[in-house]
Amino acid sequence: MQQSIPIPHPEDKRWRLVVGTMRRHGFASDALIETIHTVQSSFGYVDTEALSFVAGNLHVPLSKAYGVATFYNYFTMKPQGEHACVVCLGTACYIKNSGEVLRAVSEMAEIKAGETTKDKKASLLIARCLGTCGLAPVATFDGEVVGKISPSQATARVKEWLES
Amino acid sequence: MIKEELNQIAAEELAAQSQFEHRVFVCTGTACVAANGEAVKAALEGEAATAPEHRCQIVNGGCQGLCANGPMVAIEPEGVLYQHVQPGDAADIVAGLGGKPIKRLTDKATAPFFDRQTKVVLGLSGKVDAENIEDYIAHGGYSAVLKAITEMTPAEVLDEVTRSGLRGRGGAGYLTGLKWNTVAKEGSDHKYIICNGDEGDPGAFMDRSVMEDYPHRIIEGMIIAAYAVGAQQGFLYVRAEYPLAVKRLGLAIRQAQKHGFLGNQIGGTSLNFQLEIRMGAGAFVCGEETALIASVQGGRGTPRPRPPYPAASGVFGQPTLVNNVETFASIAPIIEQGAEWFASIGTEKSKGTKIFALTGQIVNTGLIEVPMGITLREIIYEIGGGIPNGRAFKAVQTGGPSGGCIPAEYLDTPVEYESLKKLGTHMGSGGMIVMDETSCMVDVARYFMEFCMSESCGKCIPCRVGTAQMYDLLTKITSGAATVDDLAMLEKLCEMVSSTSLCGLGQGAPSPVVSTLTYFRDEYMAHIVDKRCPAGVCKMTEAIPAS
Repeated sequence: MQQSIPIPHPEDKRWRLVVGTMRRHGFASDALIETIHTVQSSFGYVDTEALSFVAGNLHVPLSKAYGVATFYNYFTMKPQGEHACVVCLGTACYIKNSGEVLRAVSEMAEIKAGETTKDKKASLLIARCLGTCGLAPVATFDGEVVGKISPSQATARVKEWLES
Repeated sequence: MIKEELNQIAAEELAAQSQFEHRVFVCTGTACVAANGEAVKAALEGEAATAPEHRCQIVNGGCQGLCANGPMVAIEPEGVLYQHVQPGDAADIVAGLGGKPIKRLTDKATAPFFDRQTKVVLGLSGKVDAENIEDYIAHGGYSAVLKAITEMTPAEVLDEVTRSGLRGRGGAGYLTGLKWNTVAKEGSDHKYIICNGDEGDPGAFMDRSVMEDYPHRIIEGMIIAAYAVGAQQGFLYVRAEYPLAVKRLGLAIRQAQKHGFLGNQIGGTSLNFQLEIRMGAGAFVCGEETALIASVQGGRGTPRPRPPYPAASGVFGQPTLVNNVETFASIAPIIEQGAEWFASIGTEKSKGTKIFALTGQIVNTGLIEVPMGITLREIIYEIGGGIPNGRAFKAVQTGGPSGGCIPAEYLDTPVEYESLKKLGTHMGSGGMIVMDETSCMVDVARYFMEFCMSESCGKCIPCRVGTAQMYDLLTKITSGAATVDDLAMLEKLCEMVSSTSLCGLGQGAPSPVVSTLTYFRDEYMAHIVDKRCPAGVCKMTEAIPAS
């Protein structure tokens, strides 16, 4: 199998990464999830333009590609903010009050979990479990894991982003 | 790769290592990195470079288990373990090599945490460089593969695994030997193996640690399994949320290919086995084997009715063996040391050891490997060091969202598949969350129900609708608006959802409610009748003031 649909924006090199993943899997339809992973890691989110491109080249219906992209929590269809705060709500974190951390950040930034501030500066996300239960409660700030975090520490970090 | 070549790699690596008198392992796992582990490593490397007379090698170590006291630094061959290390300690550590351990960095109180463990699966995990196959080989790695494929027939391997009594470590406890035999008997000439590394249980990180620190142990188990059941292709299904595990497994696969452990004619035999990584994308239901297979094929992870079981019809309709990370990681020691040795650990029906992620309201949080049959009390009070802040123990939760909460009166129960089942919970993949009097058991049940409701794939109605209804009822109870009739309805739904759902997610979803209702019914009644949360967790906003 080979590429059957041309890259929509040839000047944007990120599309080549997407094609690369599909080529590595011989444009087989079972590479759908792997390819969507590449879309998300290259563009930050998955939109319908990218999904049509991937679906066409892997010979799966767009409805299936859309179904897969929306089924899995890891994929997001919305562009994220400049910075991201992820609060872990795994069991160990939950019983150590990570819910309070989430509430504090949410109230301060005036966004709910899964949303991005209007100025696109920060996104607030939740994680099912980051696997760092030994340090519960845990949150990440742009990927940096911070353990034993308090609500005030978390709001301070996000406030810095919003005021920058 | 033949035995002589393997021995030569081991000898060369050991010779290279012998120029160092000490190997200093700095944990670079997620928890230790969060506690400044990278800076500690950099500082130690700086010190080692300025003081070459100490002849020490700084190595990317793995998890030493006691995540709460990180960053941890292990020094071999002395067997010294330093805790709470900071970059400023680097000079003292390097200068003190070979002398007495530095007192301020050791903690005698945590000695039982390490002494009470039996490391079989974890073996040298954390004390070999996870990114260096030669180091793994130098410590006996891949000799089990060569032993299996050159000295044993597939039938002998199957027999060895069967006699070891090993049971699936993913939670259900199905006999591994039986599963392997079923796949081996299938007549197809194309079979698959899947390693389930989609560790989705909140509060569990055993498999993450094994994948990050001991990737070759898993690959070794998969090659042996491929030989035994006659499979040609394998998939390592890993959560995308574990980027370090994805990276290290990818590296390990490339190294194994380079040394001829993966590919064609492995070890000069007719065994051909290819292995590739498939990344999960955050769906708890993918832990269920038929959903996992759907996901490996690139689709939505929804389960299907069984039979046919994956052993008969799995990936692309071909016979497929699905085992958990810890199960595959148990194989090499069994082949190496024999079924009898493995079966001598543990109890009559639960053999070997089990890794647990010990977390929650407990002094020593971290990763432990214990022999089956150890009691919950020993785990919590001896290894775990008890409950902090002088608070009272309330319950220990095992089995994740399909498990249950065990109260204090059953703390002397041995940890076995059957005994935990009798208590209304199960072994699960190994999450063990300790709760004290500040946790409200109704709120905990509601927490797990919210989890199951969001993670339900929506394919079957009992799970999709039932979990939502149960969640609403639990919310009603925790907000003080529920009546005794609501409780009766909740109990009815528990029975209905568990007996009619398609897969384990729905069947197990009511379990946290049933177990908390069994042991902590008084807490439910306090919420419903007295409109009061005994633990002071629930806000009771809807409570109607008594007139």
